[in-house]
Amino acid sequence: MSEPLLDVRNVTLRYKTRERLVTATHQVSFQVHAGDRFILLGPSGCGKSTLLKAVGGYLKPAAGQIRLHGSPIAAPGPDRMMVFQEFDQLLPWKTVRENVVFALEASGRLKGRAADEKARHYIDKVGLTRFADSHPHTLSGGMKQRVAIARGMAMEPDILLMDEPFAALDALTRQQMQDELLRLWEDTRFTVLFVTHSISEAIRLGNRILLLSAHPGQVRELLESDGIDRPDAHGELLSARIHRQLFAADAPSHPAAEEARHVA
Amino acid sequence: MLPEAVSISLPGQPAPVGSAEADAVERPLSLMEKLYNIGALRKALVLLALAGVWQAYALHLGNPLLFPSFTETLAALVDGVRSGVLPQRALASIEVLLLGYAGGIVLAALGTALAIGSRIGNDVLETLTAMFNPLPAIALLPLALLWFGLGQGSLIFVLVHSVLWPVALSTHSGFKGVSNTLRMVGRNYGLSGLRYVTAILIPAAFPSILAGLKNGWAFAWRTLIAAELVFGVSSGAGGLGWFIYENKNQLEIPAVFSGLLTVILIGLAVENLVFRTLEARTVHRWGMHA
Repeated sequence: MSEPLLDVRNVTLRYKTRERLVTATHQVSFQVHAGDRFILLGPSGCGKSTLLKAVGGYLKPAAGQIRLHGSPIAAPGPDRMMVFQEFDQLLPWKTVRENVVFALEASGRLKGRAADEKARHYIDKVGLTRFADSHPHTLSGGMKQRVAIARGMAMEPDILLMDEPFAALDALTRQQMQDELLRLWEDTRFTVLFVTHSISEAIRLGNRILLLSAHPGQVRELLESDGIDRPDAHGELLSARIHRQLFAADAPSHPAAEEARHVA
Repeated sequence: MLPEAVSISLPGQPAPVGSAEADAVERPLSLMEKLYNIGALRKALVLLALAGVWQAYALHLGNPLLFPSFTETLAALVDGVRSGVLPQRALASIEVLLLGYAGGIVLAALGTALAIGSRIGNDVLETLTAMFNPLPAIALLPLALLWFGLGQGSLIFVLVHSVLWPVALSTHSGFKGVSNTLRMVGRNYGLSGLRYVTAILIPAAFPSILAGLKNGWAFAWRTLIAAELVFGVSSGAGGLGWFIYENKNQLEIPAVFSGLLTVILIGLAVENLVFRTLEARTVHRWGMHA
């Protein structure tokens, strides 16, 4: 296989809270190739979001290395666009179009007309042309996430980093957004690193799924998915296998409750 | 259980569908209702009623030396405007006020910049605002007179004090309240330093900054009038406070009232024209209510 786009090698991440030093991940390694829909999946506390922030450049590994195109990541930058879970990730004082244009101009990617055209193109792609001149507070949660995705894609980053972008949406909207993301991916084949704690979302969206265990986050297994929850050679469904891997060892008591919480 | 209970209670209810009220899903409001929905009109009515009460009480009292009537006050106001004294005094007040206001804002901006730049700067600003914000600016007037003498200098000093702390306080808390997500978004674009502050932090904190500016204005206006009352004329041209004081000494009580009315009118005008417009254009349009 070709050289990986993103190479995460033996990365240990620690962060400080007021009282203690928390080890979020321990010796995590994985490689993301161009065009991958790479999923980081695990329960809360497995450090998946922290890992994504480290790839984003917001936090330096205590040990190990993260390389993008072979060079280590030093700081946040527009070559790794983040899409966050929070609805307040759009600048509320700018309209939908201005939000995308500002991203392009502030990062120095494009200027003036070119930025405007690029913004229109991607806003159209996520189906929000009619709302291009609306301010974010007039949009629904799903629409705000669409704008964030349009903004991320318009920047044409090397890799799109998505931190549970659909977690705060209602179930219907969430499914719609998943379909839309897949459709967009079919269209442009961008590379995405996607964090989620939902097993079904991981299977639907990912082509490769990295399972992480919690406290601290460690790699359990790397799985492939074709978008459908199929049984393997032993007749075990992919979702069941993921579930067993994630929860069998450390949470044996109420698997049903766990399932409900993490899949919902 | 629940569906049964609902179906039992249904026959007892008047049939909603097909009745006369149910047909009118929408109906236009009557003229009175529409008029009553206009806030400005309601407030104008309140003002009119207040003027009426004032006039009635003053006529009943019949002592223009203590309490002139509304019409007498109005006449004095018109006189004052015609003779040019009142506008001149008002301008003198506003000029000093703007100087002090601008000075206070510049200092507040500097202080806040230091405070967001370093942890110790943050501690310094928090301590200073905690100390000086509760201190009424007018209490510093004796000291100001000692340091800067009778004149604009003293006025500006107390004005700066009255503006600086409330503005610094809310600007600083506004900056601190900028969501982590927005900060990360800004850095994601590769912004840093001054561009990061002007493009992300200031607009994100704008609701608080605007609230601070409004507060600062209100404090400054009050402080100025009070200070002028205390030591009156400065550098030849007194302000509105001095106008009030002077006329009281000459027992021109309707003119005193007209001076007070002018103070109120200017305060209202700034609040409603300047700050409301600014709010409507920014914070309300952006859906960012502080």
